[in-house]
Amino acid sequence: MNKYITSNLLLIIALILTAIASLMIGRTPLDVSEILYGFVGPANDPISIIVIELRLPRILLGILIGATLGISGAALQGVLRNPLADPGVIGVTASASLGAVIAIHSGLAIMWPLFIPLFAMAGALIATAILLFVSVRESSVLMLILVGIGISSLAIAGVSLVMNMAESPMSVRDMVMWMLGSLENRTSTDLLLALPFILFGWIMMINVGQGLNALSVGEDTAQSMGINISMLKLRVVIGSAISVGAAVAACGSIGFIGLVVPHMVRGLITNEPGGILIPSALMGGLLLTLADLMTRIPMPGATLQLGVVTSLIGAPAFLYIVYKTRNNMR
Amino acid sequence: MNCLKIENINLELENRVILKDISATLNKGEIVGLIGPNGAGKSSLLRSILGLVKISKGNILIDDLNIKDLKLKERAKKIAYAAQGAPVHWPLNAENVVALGRVPHLNPWQKLSAVDEEIIENAMVQTDCISLKGRHVTSLSGGERARVLLACVLATAAPYILADEPVASLDPSHQLQVMEILKNLSQNDNGVMVVMHDLSLALRYCDRLILLNDGQLVGQGAPEIVLNDENLADVFGIRAKRWSDNGENYLITHNINQGE
Repeated sequence: MNKYITSNLLLIIALILTAIASLMIGRTPLDVSEILYGFVGPANDPISIIVIELRLPRILLGILIGATLGISGAALQGVLRNPLADPGVIGVTASASLGAVIAIHSGLAIMWPLFIPLFAMAGALIATAILLFVSVRESSVLMLILVGIGISSLAIAGVSLVMNMAESPMSVRDMVMWMLGSLENRTSTDLLLALPFILFGWIMMINVGQGLNALSVGEDTAQSMGINISMLKLRVVIGSAISVGAAVAACGSIGFIGLVVPHMVRGLITNEPGGILIPSALMGGLLLTLADLMTRIPMPGATLQLGVVTSLIGAPAFLYIVYKTRNNMR
Repeated sequence: MNCLKIENINLELENRVILKDISATLNKGEIVGLIGPNGAGKSSLLRSILGLVKISKGNILIDDLNIKDLKLKERAKKIAYAAQGAPVHWPLNAENVVALGRVPHLNPWQKLSAVDEEIIENAMVQTDCISLKGRHVTSLSGGERARVLLACVLATAAPYILADEPVASLDPSHQLQVMEILKNLSQNDNGVMVVMHDLSLALRYCDRLILLNDGQLVGQGAPEIVLNDENLADVFGIRAKRWSDNGENYLITHNINQGE
């Protein structure tokens, strides 16, 4: 068996184990037999409610969203040929948050709940399109990051503005949810609302691997190898915007997963930009589930927020990657 | 006929005429140098042949097939391209970079077959970079990287090879090495078209030369004829001293106002 398949299998096993641990740990600790009982027992039993209605949707959503951020980060990094590209760093998640918040506070979401993911996707799409447009003309790392900061700041200001203007002032907690992200109190409705879009995004991105590999020797050469570059870019832009948009609509903008995960995969498995797509999805699911698990560690007085955990891990990693790639900064 | 044929092509970019009524052929088994001053349209001609830019008039035929009618991957199997200075963006192993040459032959999910592996290995042997196999390309010297990228071009097994200034920024011994590799390719029945600035190398290694100036074809034919005093003066504004040694022709250039 080769390294690639072995690594993916190990990641899947780790993901399953973490998911099981995640079912067990919480305000009411459960053991394995109780969890099994939760799945087969009567639906109105308190243990069933905890397992099926409270913990399972949260875990599945965490895996889906982590995988989305991981694969989107890997695909965006491949297309932009830039290890600092990440839906969060370049402002895509913040823009998606803005879209979601607009849908909620304009009242559109009450008319039709799908407006939340749709608006979030529109926000993500606009941000990704601007970035791609900029990176075609000016491909430097610095430019990309600066534009990302601009988009991000503008979107966050937009979120604050919408919340300030809301008729019933929003709690700080909701603000934190959109800017840092949280998996708390998610139900199967949130899961089902996000699932089709997330799957669609994955399908768009899953077979760009060969193209991304070819792109590592430049656009012209890749095209001379028979790769349709415009189609490749379109797939990644639409795929990442749709899936990240849906993910943000479900749980706010969780930062840095898309940045850290491809970097870890490159270190552990392969440097090939196409080869990191699937491992990044698996690793992303794993990392977010682990981070969510950490938020459930009992803390005196408060609960740790998921976005705080990912940022605490992610921001130093970002600085580290900046330091490592400083020679390519122009 | 088995050749790459450029028929009366025009290229316009942003309303500027870049190439005007260019016709030329590249036969299998020959190495053709594409020369001319900066901005003459040499790179644009290669890019037109590759379909990287859209020509506004004329046709490009590969073995009598119009490239417009070929699918991208079909075209890629016929023409390989060594881009100028080709950067490698990730610390890939040299072997992975060479393996990219097989992209035209593989579906997105297809793994390299034993045959592909053999072609990759052969390409690396031919360009003398098999010892670099497991090294990160980002850690290689300019000359080593140039050989790895040439191996990638070879691995496509395309009959026609277009190289844009493959010897630019290489030291003299690596320049000669790269030209030898290209020459060998042409002797193995490939058609090789190479953009170059070093007229002395062009004279020694090319079977024919195509001279462009200001987007127009000034001359094509045997190197000794294309590099005549009149062309050198009109197109480059230079003069040349020539000599022969052991049957090889040499030339050294100097500015028209200087010397003598």
